[in-house]
Amino acid sequence: MKALRRGREADAFRDLPAGPESARADSGPSRTTEDIRARGLTPLWAAGAVGFLVLSLLVGVVSGPIDLGVGAVLESAGAHLHLPGATSPLSSTEEAILWEIRVPRVVLGALVGGMLALAGATYQGVFRNPLADPYLLGVAAGAGLGATVAIAYLPEGLRGQRALPIAAFLGGSAAVVLTYAVGRSARRERDAATLVLAGVTVAAFFTAWQTFLQQQNTDTLQQVYTWILGSIPSTGWPDVVLILPYVAVAGVVILALRRVVDVLSLGDDEAATLGVHVGRVRLALVVAATLGTAAAVAVTGLIGFVGIIVPHAIRLVSGMSYRALLPLSAIVGAGFLVLADVIARTALSPAEIPLGVVTAFFGAPFFALVLRSTRGGVG
Amino acid sequence: MSAIELQDVTVELGGRAVVDRVAATVASGEWLALIGPNGAGKTSLLRAIARLVPYFGSIALEGRSTSSLSRTELSRLLAVVPQEPSTPPWMTVSEYVLLGRTPYLGPLGKESVRDRDAAGRALSRLDLLEYGARRLGTLSGGEKQRVVVARALAQDARIVLLDEPTAALDIGHQQQALELLDSLRAESGLTLVAAMHDLTLAAQYADRMLLLDGGRVVLEGAPAEVLTEAALAAHYGATIDVVAVDGRVAVVPRRIRRS
Repeated sequence: MKALRRGREADAFRDLPAGPESARADSGPSRTTEDIRARGLTPLWAAGAVGFLVLSLLVGVVSGPIDLGVGAVLESAGAHLHLPGATSPLSSTEEAILWEIRVPRVVLGALVGGMLALAGATYQGVFRNPLADPYLLGVAAGAGLGATVAIAYLPEGLRGQRALPIAAFLGGSAAVVLTYAVGRSARRERDAATLVLAGVTVAAFFTAWQTFLQQQNTDTLQQVYTWILGSIPSTGWPDVVLILPYVAVAGVVILALRRVVDVLSLGDDEAATLGVHVGRVRLALVVAATLGTAAAVAVTGLIGFVGIIVPHAIRLVSGMSYRALLPLSAIVGAGFLVLADVIARTALSPAEIPLGVVTAFFGAPFFALVLRSTRGGVG
Repeated sequence: MSAIELQDVTVELGGRAVVDRVAATVASGEWLALIGPNGAGKTSLLRAIARLVPYFGSIALEGRSTSSLSRTELSRLLAVVPQEPSTPPWMTVSEYVLLGRTPYLGPLGKESVRDRDAAGRALSRLDLLEYGARRLGTLSGGEKQRVVVARALAQDARIVLLDEPTAALDIGHQQQALELLDSLRAESGLTLVAAMHDLTLAAQYADRMLLLDGGRVVLEGAPAEVLTEAALAAHYGATIDVVAVDGRVAVVPRRIRRS
C-alpha cells in the first residue's frame, strides 16, 4: 500500500450543501406540516367535475326527438323530489318518456362511463401501464364470447333482456378468472407483467372462439356486431338495477384503496418494502375493477376508449396522483359517456351511431388536443 | 443486540445459488458496505434481507426473524433505497415522501398530522422543505436521490438498505449523498447496509466491508483489511494500486498496457 498526502481533494468537502442542522434551524416541521400533504380531491376540482356531470345529465335528459324543455324537466324533477310547490307541467306520456326512458338511459350511461373510467385508471396504476384499459385482462373478449353464444344459440324468447347480459357477465368473469389461473401457473403471480401477458393470451383465445362462432352463425352476425360496438339500451330501470350493485361495490372498494394505488404505482418491490401486501391488494383492486367492468359491458357491449382517455385527460390537465385521479375519473367518465350517448342517439336520429364509434371519434381528437396543450408526461 | 444477523443465507435464482451460505452480523449504528464484482450477489443479498426474494437460512433484524414479521412490521424496521427507484413524474415531493408513512397507515388509512410531521422532519433533514410542492418529473438526478432518501427516513426505520445509492450521480453529488447518509446515521443511530461499486467512496464511509464473489463472503473486515491489491486482483480481476489517504484507503486503477 502506498501512502499519499491528503491534498486538494480534502477541499471538496467544504462546498457541501447546508447540512441538516441548518435546515432544521431555518424551518422546523411544525411550521411546515400544513404544507406537507398529499393533494386529495380539492373542493375546486370536485365542484368542477360534479358540475360537468350534472350538466351532462341535464343535456342527456332534455335531448331527444321529443322536446321536453329544460324548465319543464327541472319542474318535473322537483315534483318527483316532492319539493314544496313543485308540480310537473309534463303530460303523462312526456312523464313516461322522461322517467321511464331517458332518465334510466342517462343514469345507466353515467354508471357505465364512471365504471369504465374508474376501472381504466385503476388498471393503469396497478399494472403501471399507461395503455392499460378496463379490458386488459380479457373481460371484453370473454363478455363478447358470452354475448355471441347467447345471441347465436339461445332461443329468441330466452335471449331477451336477461339472458344476454348474464351470459356476457359470465363470459367476462370467466375470462379474468382464467387469466389469473394462467398467471398463477407461471408461479409468478406477484409479477404484474405476467398477469398482463396471461390476459393477452386469454383474450386472444376467447376472441378466436367468438369470431369462429360469429362466422358459423351468419344470421345473427348483425346483432353480434351491434352488441360489440356498444350502445346504452333504452330498456328502462331493470338494467340500472342489474348493474348498480356491482358498480357500487367496485366503486367503494377501489375508492377506499385509492391511496394504495399510488403506492403500487412505485412498483411491486417498492410497495412491498413500504409494507403493502402487493398480491392481496392487487387482487382486491383487480377483482373490483373487473366485476364492475363485466357488469357494465354486459348491458352496453364493448364501449372502448373511455377507460384510457378520461384518466389520461384528467392526469394531463390536473397532474394529480391516483388518490385524486380515481374519484375524478369516475365522475368525469360518467359525464363523458352520457354526452357521447347524446351524440350517438341524436346525430343521425332516428338511427343510432354505435357508442364505441362516438367515444373514439370525439375522444381521440380531444385527447390529442389535451396532449398538445399540456407539457405533462403520460405515465 | 446486533441490528442484522445473517446465518447461512442462500438465495437461488434459476436453480443457481446467487447468494451462497452467507453469514454476517451488522452492529447497530454500523455502516456496512457490500462490495464485489458484477453478479457477486450484493443486490440479491439486500433483497433477501428485505424479504423480496425467497431464501434459505435465517435473517434476524434486532433479534427477530424476518420470516416471523408481518410485511408492516418489517417495513417499520427496515427501509430500502433501491438502485433505480420509481419516481412517478406527476407526484409531488410531499406526496412521495408521505408514501414512506404507508407502514403506519394500513390499506384504508389516511395520513394524520403525526405522519405529516414525520414527512416534514425527513424533508427538513434533507434540506428539501422548499421542494414540497415540486413534481418529481421536474427534479434533477441529485434532487431525486435526496427525495428517495427522505422517503426512506419518513419510514422511521432503524435499518436502511441501499442498493448502489450513488450509481446515477456525478462525483460531487455522490459525495454529498454519502456525507448526508453519514450525518443521518450519526444523528439517528441508523444502521446502513449499502451495496457499493465505487470502492474508494465505500472505503471513505463504511465502517466495515463484506466482499462477495460468486455469492460467497470471501473477505470481511475494515476497508483497509479488505481492499488489498491481491484481493482486488483475485476477485475483480483488476490491476489496482491501493493507496492511503489520511488513514482511509483509496483504489487507483492502473493501465496494464501502455502504448
